[in-house]
Amino acid sequence: MADRVRVKPLTPPGHVRAPWYLRGKTGVIERKLGEFGNPEQLAYGHVADPKPLYRVRFSMAEIWGEAAENPHDTIDAEIYGHWLEKV
Amino acid sequence: MPHDHHDHDHLSPSGHPYRQDNDEPLTYWQRMEIAVRELLIEKGQLSPAEIAAQIDAMDARSPANGAAVVARAWVDPGFKNHLLANASEASRDMGFDIGPPHLIAVENTDKIHNLIVCTLCSCYPRNLLGLPPDWYKTRAYRSRAVSEPRAVLREFGVELPDDMQVRVHDSTADMRYIVLPARPAGTEGLTEAELAQLVTRDSMIGTGLPRSSL
Repeated sequence: MADRVRVKPLTPPGHVRAPWYLRGKTGVIERKLGEFGNPEQLAYGHVADPKPLYRVRFSMAEIWGEAAENPHDTIDAEIYGHWLEKV
Repeated sequence: MPHDHHDHDHLSPSGHPYRQDNDEPLTYWQRMEIAVRELLIEKGQLSPAEIAAQIDAMDARSPANGAAVVARAWVDPGFKNHLLANASEASRDMGFDIGPPHLIAVENTDKIHNLIVCTLCSCYPRNLLGLPPDWYKTRAYRSRAVSEPRAVLREFGVELPDDMQVRVHDSTADMRYIVLPARPAGTEGLTEAELAQLVTRDSMIGTGLPRSSL
C-alpha cells in the first residue's frame, strides 16, 4: 500500500464505515492496524472477511478547502483497505 | 390566575416534570434481549446474579480508570512508552480490561493537541472512561469536532495558540482513543495518586486540559 492514498468516492448502499466527508479525499497512511472483520458483512450477521485497516491522516485543507479553520490541523480516521486506492 | 395551571400540567407538586411511565409495548430489540437473556438463564449458561454483577461492573467504570493510567504515564517513562506503543497492553498491565476494541493513546505536547470524536456513532473508550457524556453523542459535537475543532475547543474553554497543531481522531472502526494530556507544570511534588486527581474526563477526550493543582 502506497503512503499516499485516496478514499474511493463510492456510494454503495448499506452499512459502511468510511465517513462521507472523507470520500474522495487524499491522505497519508499514519499506521497499519492489522486485519479486522469487514463491518459491511458483520453488520448483517454474515461471516466477515478479514480486511486490512489503516489509520489515514488528512489535512484540514484537503478536507474543507478554503473553509478550513486551520489548514495545517489534521484528522486521522480508520479506513479499510478496500476503500483506499494508491495516489 | 385561573388558567395558568395549564403550564403546570406536566409538573409534579414539587415542580419537577413527571417521568413518563415505560408501559408502552416492547420494541423488537427489547423483546429479543429478554428472550435471549431468559434462554441463557434457563439453559444454565448464566445466572441472574452474574448478569447483575456484569451490569454493576459496567456501571462502575469511570474516568478514574483513565486518570490512573494517565498519572502512571506521567511518573513512569517506561510505562508511558508502553502506553504510546500499545495502549491496550499497557492498560491491561495496570489491571484494566479494555475489551475487544484496540486502544490507542495519543500524546498532547507543547506543539500538538489531540481531540477524540466518533462522527459515525458514539465510539468511546468506555472501559477507561465509563459512559460517554451526552454531548459526545450529539450530531453537533460529532460534526463540528471535525469541521471546526478550534471553535468547539473554545466553547469548552480551551484556547490554543495558532502554532499548536490540532489533531482530530475520528473513531471510525476498531480502535478507541484516549488522550494522554501533558503533565501540568509545577506538579513535581505530587504523588501518582494526587496527579490522578488532576486528570479530568474531558482532558482525556481532548475537550479539556488537566487541572493545574489539587
